[in-house]
Amino acid sequence: MSVVTNTTTIGAIEAPSRRNTELALLAFAVAIPVFAYLNVGLALDGEVPSGMLGYGLGLALLATVAHLVVRKWAPYADPLLLPLATLLNGMGLVLIWRLDQSPRLISLAKRSYGAFSPSAPNQMMYSAIGIAMFVGVLLLLKDHRVLQRYTYISMVVALVLLLLPLVPGLGTDVFGAKIWIRIGGFSIQPGEFAKLVLAVFFSGYLMVKRDALALASRRFMGLYLPRGRDLGPILTIWAVSLLILVFENDLGTSLLFFGMFVIMLYVATERTSWIVMGLLMAVAGAVVVGSTASHVQSRVAAWLDPFECLKTAPEGSNMAYACDQMTQVLMSFGSGGILGTGLGQGNSDLIQFAANSDFIFATVGEELGLTGVMVFLLLYGLIIERGIRTSLAARDPFGKLLAMGLSGAFALQIFVVAGGVMGLIPLTGMTMPFLAYGGSSVIANWALIGILIRISDTARRPAPSPAPNPDAEMTQVVRP
Amino acid sequence: MSELTLTVMRLGFLAVLWLFVIVAVQVIRSDLFGTRVTQRGSRRQEARPQQSGRQQAAPPQQRGAQQAPQPAGGGRSRRGAPTKLVVSEGTLTGTTVALQGQTITLGRAHDSTIVLDDDYASSRHARIYPDRDGQWIVEDLGSTNGTYLDRTRLTTPTPIPLGAPIRIGKTVIELRK
Repeated sequence: MSVVTNTTTIGAIEAPSRRNTELALLAFAVAIPVFAYLNVGLALDGEVPSGMLGYGLGLALLATVAHLVVRKWAPYADPLLLPLATLLNGMGLVLIWRLDQSPRLISLAKRSYGAFSPSAPNQMMYSAIGIAMFVGVLLLLKDHRVLQRYTYISMVVALVLLLLPLVPGLGTDVFGAKIWIRIGGFSIQPGEFAKLVLAVFFSGYLMVKRDALALASRRFMGLYLPRGRDLGPILTIWAVSLLILVFENDLGTSLLFFGMFVIMLYVATERTSWIVMGLLMAVAGAVVVGSTASHVQSRVAAWLDPFECLKTAPEGSNMAYACDQMTQVLMSFGSGGILGTGLGQGNSDLIQFAANSDFIFATVGEELGLTGVMVFLLLYGLIIERGIRTSLAARDPFGKLLAMGLSGAFALQIFVVAGGVMGLIPLTGMTMPFLAYGGSSVIANWALIGILIRISDTARRPAPSPAPNPDAEMTQVVRP
Repeated sequence: MSELTLTVMRLGFLAVLWLFVIVAVQVIRSDLFGTRVTQRGSRRQEARPQQSGRQQAAPPQQRGAQQAPQPAGGGRSRRGAPTKLVVSEGTLTGTTVALQGQTITLGRAHDSTIVLDDDYASSRHARIYPDRDGQWIVEDLGSTNGTYLDRTRLTTPTPIPLGAPIRIGKTVIELRK
């Protein structure tokens, strides 16, 4: 024992698959919405709601299917993504069901459409399709690097998806925003799917071009400016997102795409100048559009001073409508306070139109209070954190960029929606992922979680053991 | 439904939501994958009573294995069997690794058990492992510059005598009791 012994050994940990942790968390994530359901029923009618068993079993069934598929086909995947998404989806179902019970919304629907149909069963069906999409992604996408082959095809597909609502006869103008297409009896929001496809294009493109974008640049006023020809793609994306903004009246989607591109550019090139330029271009675009398009103008007015604009706006105008919504939303958040009024006991149905889709976060704010809002933001934050963690752990640059782009887009969407509802930025028509009512959003976000789980499975899978060396076997030694 | 029940449910629900977040964060904490740093050596074993708290944190099989090399630990460990691997020359001089039946990999690859910072070492240079009888074997993994036991270059997996120097580039390691 003469040698120095106070030393350390560093050894690799064998990565456990953690599927049982995921199962336990999933059980928890299914139990919470059932509790919430019971709470709403007791608060509204004073009795256990009749549909509780059905919804609970339905959610549990979906969660079980998803878990078994992950266990079989992505055994090393991140254990948190699936339970977090399940909890958010389940809570969304409960909140939508709660708003279905509101007499105000029922009478509003009867007045405007002649009949009322509850949204919760539809949302349950969309969740089932979403889980099917998740399963499909895991089954068909055995290796995320396959997507790299479709870089430019995804660009075309994304542009087509984005422009589909402008096609006459196919696109429909719903309340000022042309972001829907109608096929058969279904309306689809292609922008939600374009988000995923565009992330594939950006990662494939930037993986190839990042050196040109990062290194071939001139220094100007402390910023690295890239060459003109490398600027082409960012200018194109900027122009496309502005076009969407102008022709489809969709502030949120264009912000989302442009922001996602800037995030991925920054991650790929490590150049701060891209962020500065991106922000400047976004501000310039927003100012130009904000001062010309009337749809955006009313949103900006409602954002700056909703109570004042409610008084001054002409009766029945678009602007009065936007301001009325905004004031109701702010009142909702305000009356929730720290601990909230309790599930089923708030008055967030006063928001009336889109209370269960764009403004569902106001119901969270009123009935669960600041405490509940923080939980939901944390749940979203954890999904984003796991996405970025996956990106850090991924071994291939394409997977890194894709995971980063998808989590960045997810984060931006949360920021745009939550910020808009809370009055931090002008309101845009986007949906809170998993929480809000809407088929396209739920399905596309389940696909997003599926891709993240696939990348994290590849990233966390232990490296294969080195192949045995044929030279080392039973060679005769000739000693000198 | 009474006001009291509803208030309790409302607060209980918020508590359950937060509990979920806390559990999720705990999972993240236990899931930070990377490398495990383990304190080894006799100095720590002498100081065992003071450090019992930290010992509890180590995985059980490791604790059992660290106790086994104690000379007073009874006849359970084979007599004459090496209990640790010591680096006796090179930049890592003084490093010891307790032999617990695990395979020890040597090389420049950063996931090796002993990471060699040596221009003459390959990324996966050699490995040392126990065979079925507990005899320690060294095997060259197709390295460029070879692994030497005493003065002979290894071509096949070879049993290691106690105290025999294994040379990899400028690094010399040996097994000791």
